[in-house]
Amino acid sequence: MKKNLTAWLCLLPALAFLLVFMVYPLVDVFIYSFEEGYNFASQSYFGVGLYNYNYVLHDPYFIQALKNTFIIVIITVPLSTGIALLISLELSKIRHIRNFFQTVYFLPYVTNTLAVGLVFMILFKKTPYSDGLVNILIQFFGGKGVDFIDGPYWAKMFVMCFYTIWIVMPFKILILTSALASVNPMYYKAAKVDNTSPFRIFYKITLPMISPMVFYLVITGFIGAFKAYSDEVALFGTDLNAAGMNTIVGYVYDMLYGNSGGYPSFASAAALILFAIVFTITTINLMVSRKTVFYN
Amino acid sequence: MKIVFEHLTKRFPNRNRKIKDEVVAVSDFNFTIPDGKLVGLLGPSGCGKSTALNLICGLEKPTEGRIYFEDLDVTDLEPENRGVGLVFQNYALYPHLTVRQNIRFPLENLRGDKKLSKEEMEEKVQAAARLVQIEALLDRKPNEMSGGQQQRVAIARALVKVPKVLLLDEPLSNLDARLRLKTREEIKHIQVKTGITTVFVTHDQEEAMSISDIIVVMKDGVLQQMGKPQEVYDEPENLFVAMFLGTPQINVFEGAIKGEKVYIGDEAVMDAKGAGDRDVFVAVRPEGFIVDPDGPLSCTFINREVMGRDTSVIASHKLFEGENIRAIIPSEEDVTPVDGIVRFSLKPFKVKLFDRISEERIRIKS
Amino acid sequence: MDKTQVKKLEKESRIKETARTVLRYFFLALWALLVLFPFYWMILTSVKSYGSYNSEYIPKFYTLSPTTANYIQAFTAVPLARYFLNTLIFTVVTTGLMMIVVIFAAFAFARLDFKGKDIVFSMFLSLMMIPNELVIITNFVTITNLDLRNTYLGLILPSVTSVFYIYLLKENFELIPEELYKAAKVDGTSDMRYLFRVMIPISRPTLVTIVILKVIECWNSYVWPRLITDDKNYFLVSNGIQEIRENGFGRENVPAMMAAVVVISLPLVVLFLIFKRKIMEGVARGGTKG
Repeated sequence: MKKNLTAWLCLLPALAFLLVFMVYPLVDVFIYSFEEGYNFASQSYFGVGLYNYNYVLHDPYFIQALKNTFIIVIITVPLSTGIALLISLELSKIRHIRNFFQTVYFLPYVTNTLAVGLVFMILFKKTPYSDGLVNILIQFFGGKGVDFIDGPYWAKMFVMCFYTIWIVMPFKILILTSALASVNPMYYKAAKVDNTSPFRIFYKITLPMISPMVFYLVITGFIGAFKAYSDEVALFGTDLNAAGMNTIVGYVYDMLYGNSGGYPSFASAAALILFAIVFTITTINLMVSRKTVFYN
Repeated sequence: MKIVFEHLTKRFPNRNRKIKDEVVAVSDFNFTIPDGKLVGLLGPSGCGKSTALNLICGLEKPTEGRIYFEDLDVTDLEPENRGVGLVFQNYALYPHLTVRQNIRFPLENLRGDKKLSKEEMEEKVQAAARLVQIEALLDRKPNEMSGGQQQRVAIARALVKVPKVLLLDEPLSNLDARLRLKTREEIKHIQVKTGITTVFVTHDQEEAMSISDIIVVMKDGVLQQMGKPQEVYDEPENLFVAMFLGTPQINVFEGAIKGEKVYIGDEAVMDAKGAGDRDVFVAVRPEGFIVDPDGPLSCTFINREVMGRDTSVIASHKLFEGENIRAIIPSEEDVTPVDGIVRFSLKPFKVKLFDRISEERIRIKS
Repeated sequence: MDKTQVKKLEKESRIKETARTVLRYFFLALWALLVLFPFYWMILTSVKSYGSYNSEYIPKFYTLSPTTANYIQAFTAVPLARYFLNTLIFTVVTTGLMMIVVIFAAFAFARLDFKGKDIVFSMFLSLMMIPNELVIITNFVTITNLDLRNTYLGLILPSVTSVFYIYLLKENFELIPEELYKAAKVDGTSDMRYLFRVMIPISRPTLVTIVILKVIECWNSYVWPRLITDDKNYFLVSNGIQEIRENGFGRENVPAMMAAVVVISLPLVVLFLIFKRKIMEGVARGGTKG
């Protein structure tokens, strides 16, 4: 009995916090999402139904956010994983100054996204007194400058994806580098003796052997990209709707608080839609992996 | 194909970076591995035998010296261009590929006019699988097979491209005792059947002696002796080789040659014609003892181990207490110690004499 | 194969290898440049004077007259020091509280026996899959209703527990042989004494990892602080920098902004350079971004 008591006392803080800040909110978010016309001030509502979902799905801001999020996911996940794979692969093949490269590549992980986002904004933005470094470079090579921050949609999306990739690379490079290091070098020796071309070694040996880690990165990459938000704020400011660069998570927060805020019901509905999307994509990923990933 | 080493030396920087001295893994190798033979590279662990193997296949580049395949200098040739087959100690089978895909792997690397059609590949895979008797296992994955089966697959994969040289790194070390006997016979069988020059590395002298046409004994990167197993066993050139070959190990006494006679303590145990006076090691093979009530060598009897076919007599000489000697005698012979003493005479042919300082062999006239 | 062929093959492999090495280093250096350039640019810009920055239509890659004026301005024109202090308090308190919560919970799961342990633990595990975005809505409402907006308490409370870290630590605790626990029990050691004298010292590397990951997370947290604070006195550095970006120094003062960015980025970069190995190992074991 005393033993039980000690155990529960040890668990108490964790349980209390989790109940208040995770379990209860989890139930609550479903309730919110079905309460129609919820009023924050009076904490009252008219009825129960699917109106909130209906509203969100027809809200042009949400549609825009959905579109932006999907574009970010589709572009950044494969690109960042691919480039990270390439970098890790090359990194694993060098000996000199490898440590230096690894340190440098990891730097973005420990930087404040909001802060460095400002630097990117400065580099890409056109202002009255300067076109910004990137535009000057483009002009130098004979291209036509464009405002990447307040300009056309594709330009904004380009910076967005570029910055997202820049931010997610350290983690991917780190994971892939350690995955590559765990492959027993005897396989490479065996392949070398058998006159295997570097490409074939990569495709037939390296890739299958690190496929569980690649797959892990793809899954976490998808989940992370679907939740994109702070990077957008860093580049385009807090009013993402005005910039046309909002994401689903951004939409949720805006609904909750901010310029158009005060609607936890709409926020909840949007959050649950996001969760459904992420859940579906992850399930599909898992199904695909069953067929392609090699587990030893 | 014969392999020629010419002043071949390989030095590594010391693993402990604080120590500046380099480790010499292979020191000035000058010998020829003849064509079509099964050669065992033998030595205690850390003697550089694996390095020697890696030098042959090109995974390591020598610090000095040259390697020739026949009369072709291949020293600077990358492993992929040498056309050797290598079987790794842990087999290095690709775990995500089936046995068939593993064996086919080297064939798929062929390019240009050597490129094979699917059917040709399958034919060669089948032939290799037949040679090592794993036709029934072609669709399994490596982790679904026993160590012995994996070993065969590894050999098949090395053989499928018909290499000029087959190299095996400790081929039997990962197998249990029973499988070891069987597998070593098979390696011999495959080598004889294919006629491919085969070099294998081992620390197990019995393994090397039993199947090799030629054994090469190494110690600390230096070649000690090379020759047919029986010759090396019978005529070791130094104390190390004598002690390394043969189980049970050769018995070593400190002794001396005085007036063309070999003394252990005060007892003259045998003649040594033509040898000058000096301190020596007297090394006696276990089978070199004859139980003889009038024999010159008297020892304290300790124990008798019955093996069935023969008997081991454990005894100790009074001058070397704590170091037991082991004599092997036919089981029908009688060993009855008198007052705890058993006396031996020696078969001269089974006794080797070595200089006490240089540990080199001293030859005597018979 | 004859001698000329051998020579040809040797030459080919040598050329190929050299070419590959050169390309390899070029490629790696290129990415290193892409990573480092923004850092260089922010430091460079932060030491250019306001006047010279605005007069450079084509920005210079160097400056001959570095100035600290921007740094002074960053600390005087906006309450950067205040943001800093807030973040420091937030990070220290949150991490400290979380470690206590996590250690006790992991200890209970790893070493103590109690009724319903398996059920509670599997419920814990299932909570790992819940994204923060789902629960943040209600938490926002809860904190608002508790009148905890614009307080440290409101900032800290929702993030003092982490299912993932409890899981990580529990796994680590379980690696400690049970014999040690039994031996301690035989010697009459209490559970708590055992936890503090044996388990915590042995698990120090994992604890350090968790602390580092949590500190990084706290220092960079943006979303929750943004929701829960609108009083500048409670802004963290992320909100602060956003505030600077939007309302700035009264006018668009890029060098001063960059000075603020440098100041904000510095602590973690320094921490990283000191604990490089630990941080990278820790992240490889259990970290994700965001």
